[in-house]
Amino acid sequence: MSLGSIPPKYKVTIDREQCMDCGRCIENCSYGTFRREGDKILIQSRKCTGCLRCVSMCPRDAISLTENPVDYRSHPLWTREAREDIIKQARSGKIILAGMGNASNLPSIFDRLLLDACQVTNPSIDPLREPMELRTYIGKKPSKLEFKKTEAGDVELATKLAPNLKLETPIMIGHMSYGAISLNAHLSMAKAAKETGTFMGTGEGGLHRELYPYQGNMIVQVASGRFGVNVDYLERGAAIEIKIGQGAKPGIGGHLPGEKVSAEVSRTRMIPLGSDAISPAPHHDIYSIEDLVQLVRSLKEATEWKKPVFVKIAAVHNVAAIAAGIARSSADAVVIDGSRGGTGAAPKVFRDHVGIPIEGAIASVDQKLREQGTRNEVSVIASGGIRNSADLAKSIALGADAVYIGTAALISMGCRVCGNCYRGLCPWGIATQRQDLVDRLDPEQGARQVSNLIHAWTLELSELMGAAGINSIESMRGNRDRLRGYMLDEGILEVLDVKNAGA
Amino acid sequence: MCGIIGFIDKTKSPMDGSKIKAALSLMNERGSGDGAGYVAYGIYPDYADCYALHVFFDNMVEPKTKVDEILHRWGTVVHQEEIPTVEQPGLKRVHTPWRYFFKPFDDMIGGKVGSEKDIIKHIVMEVNASIDGALVFSSGKNMGVFKASGWPEEVADFYRIEDYEGYIWLAHNRYPTNSPGWWGGAHPFNLLDWSVVHNGEITSYGTNQRYVEGYGYKCTLLTDTEVVAYLFDLLGRQHELPTKTVVKALAPPFWDEIDRMPPAEEELHRAIRLTYGSALMNGPFAIVVASNEGIVGFTDRIKLRPLVVGENGDKLYISSEESAIRVLDPEVKNIRTPRAGEPIIGRFNA
Ligand code: SF4
Ligand code: SF4
Repeated sequence: MSLGSIPPKYKVTIDREQCMDCGRCIENCSYGTFRREGDKILIQSRKCTGCLRCVSMCPRDAISLTENPVDYRSHPLWTREAREDIIKQARSGKIILAGMGNASNLPSIFDRLLLDACQVTNPSIDPLREPMELRTYIGKKPSKLEFKKTEAGDVELATKLAPNLKLETPIMIGHMSYGAISLNAHLSMAKAAKETGTFMGTGEGGLHRELYPYQGNMIVQVASGRFGVNVDYLERGAAIEIKIGQGAKPGIGGHLPGEKVSAEVSRTRMIPLGSDAISPAPHHDIYSIEDLVQLVRSLKEATEWKKPVFVKIAAVHNVAAIAAGIARSSADAVVIDGSRGGTGAAPKVFRDHVGIPIEGAIASVDQKLREQGTRNEVSVIASGGIRNSADLAKSIALGADAVYIGTAALISMGCRVCGNCYRGLCPWGIATQRQDLVDRLDPEQGARQVSNLIHAWTLELSELMGAAGINSIESMRGNRDRLRGYMLDEGILEVLDVKNAGA
Repeated sequence: MCGIIGFIDKTKSPMDGSKIKAALSLMNERGSGDGAGYVAYGIYPDYADCYALHVFFDNMVEPKTKVDEILHRWGTVVHQEEIPTVEQPGLKRVHTPWRYFFKPFDDMIGGKVGSEKDIIKHIVMEVNASIDGALVFSSGKNMGVFKASGWPEEVADFYRIEDYEGYIWLAHNRYPTNSPGWWGGAHPFNLLDWSVVHNGEITSYGTNQRYVEGYGYKCTLLTDTEVVAYLFDLLGRQHELPTKTVVKALAPPFWDEIDRMPPAEEELHRAIRLTYGSALMNGPFAIVVASNEGIVGFTDRIKLRPLVVGENGDKLYISSEESAIRVLDPEVKNIRTPRAGEPIIGRFNA
């Protein structure tokens, strides 16, 4: 082979002094990095994905894992990654697949936005002693209230509210399908959603029987492949989400490799066992906003107008105008998924180069909806790379009603963002259907970790709001005045409509 | 800080401005000499069916010509004059206060401009946002705002406040901490009949501002209070919500309380929060708002600023301090402090 092989990315070593030869590393690494030969444990560093399962499970802390020193001459333009990708493609002639979110080295806008706190004249509020209201309703709102006079002369509310989802915290768990991730991962998140009074998305994978007890906290998804979609499925969800696009891969469909389509997955998704589940790039019945309106309305009709319908799009350059169209389509909420959103598998070039960051997208969508007078009637949900409660608070201040978390929820269950989800071998039992691996994730334990995370962020959000003298989430939403930009250029500040630090 | 005071006589018997000046000056500890102001209702009976537009002009040439042009496009100026003032030693005169008595043309109503009041709102926004050196600071009928940078006595003497007789008075003594001390930033803030005096800071300003700007209001006065006048105009006039409901939108009960209400009431309060969440005001505040129908006072939801109410027959007083009310009326009764978010409403007898 004229190209030779690519040098391994990681270097795994075992401290033989420490090792007690228990063999747990061999058992735990589903990628086959360790094997026994005679009385020796051998290591094939090339197979390591950096998932850190072995390191976490070694009882002797004997394993160390480092990024392999660069074997290439260092070069600012022709990075190791650039060269490796060329070698891979020269060899295979194929699209390079990658998992999880955008891994390119773009600065984060979130990190250059600073929140506010008050001093003296405007007392900060102590959430331990004062009520702090994070309750959020997602769905259509009237633009104004109407009243009528009763015969007795009393004034009475004439406006009827549309169905809304009631969230006790503005954090929801985004759509990750059964198939892409395991049943135990789904169960963990569903239990956590119920416990914390929020909602989770099913993804386009149907709804497994075991999730029925949590259906009151589930949002069912209708994607272009229509996998697992029938009336029973729609009726089980608390809300329905139409997925048009996804932040990690705007403009393309989904792909679940046949190896992940187990008997259970096949039954739940309503597809043949072992077959690839490919959702097309477009919905083949949606080629215009009118078509989308029809789908929104038919889903509402099918569920007797009792459920909110969301539309999810990827953050792309024209996102504000598209969202404005969606807002007028009878949809109850628009979900904007930013370019740092995660995925099971996406062409790397899409993951790293298509779409725009959620910060700019939310700000411009909020602005556009306000200009068109529809912002109050539709909810806006931000997703794609929300890493902590500060990102959450900043998203809300930029104009979101709530956020979806995806990768963060996976990390709370054990994921180490190794980016190999598409291979179906996730050693943490998350992005896999292999039963022995799935069993590694205990749904009770997983649920506790996910709900702990949501709870912790909720507490931090209350503290951040209290520090800014705000005791209800309504006053945080779209409150750009509580944000300042630090080392952001004028152009971005203008899109965000945020003043500079010190101003 | 800041000191506020409000008064209404429900029988519309007028009171002159001398007492309100004394009551406000009593609260000088709550001010810093950077701004004071008064508003009185019922002061222009001769022009009761005209809009009284009070304008600060930086000079009487260019800005005034531009304002005149706009007014002539939309209606008739029935009378205009400089607002009488007396120079004060401690008060630096920065603008010329001017008043127009103005009637919009009927035939200009149409499309988005649905009423005479929409015309006035449009004129105020246009002048304040686009004409340098002109600022409309009062625009209701049979009422007027008088304000400047200075101590309460100086501002009162500058405008000869004791010469005016009104059946509603609001007054404000300013201690600015989050915006500059300038004439436009002094309270009361006014649009049409709505006048607002406020003690506190509105931490939800960014949200409230974005909300009202979606309805054509332009926040140009560099301070958070102006948004309150616009919220009252939007919810009270345009959406026709009863005053109590407006207060419930701006300072709603907590969800805990809403959850415990009987079903119809629960539905109403939930509907208010869902619909008017962006109008909800946060932060420490005590506010008194006046209109041609009466006055309403209320505080923030956890009562971080003081507000005291007193009554005497047909007279209702609302202030930051009981002592200020006692200066206005030593015979005052029923002095009490309202609960957080509770609207105190004073209306004219039918
Ligand atoms: S898990 Fe640790 S102690 Fe056990 S065999 Fe592997 S390196 Fe040795
Ligand atoms: S889910 Fe599993 S495979 Fe995917 S990134 Fe996380 S640890 Fe790796």
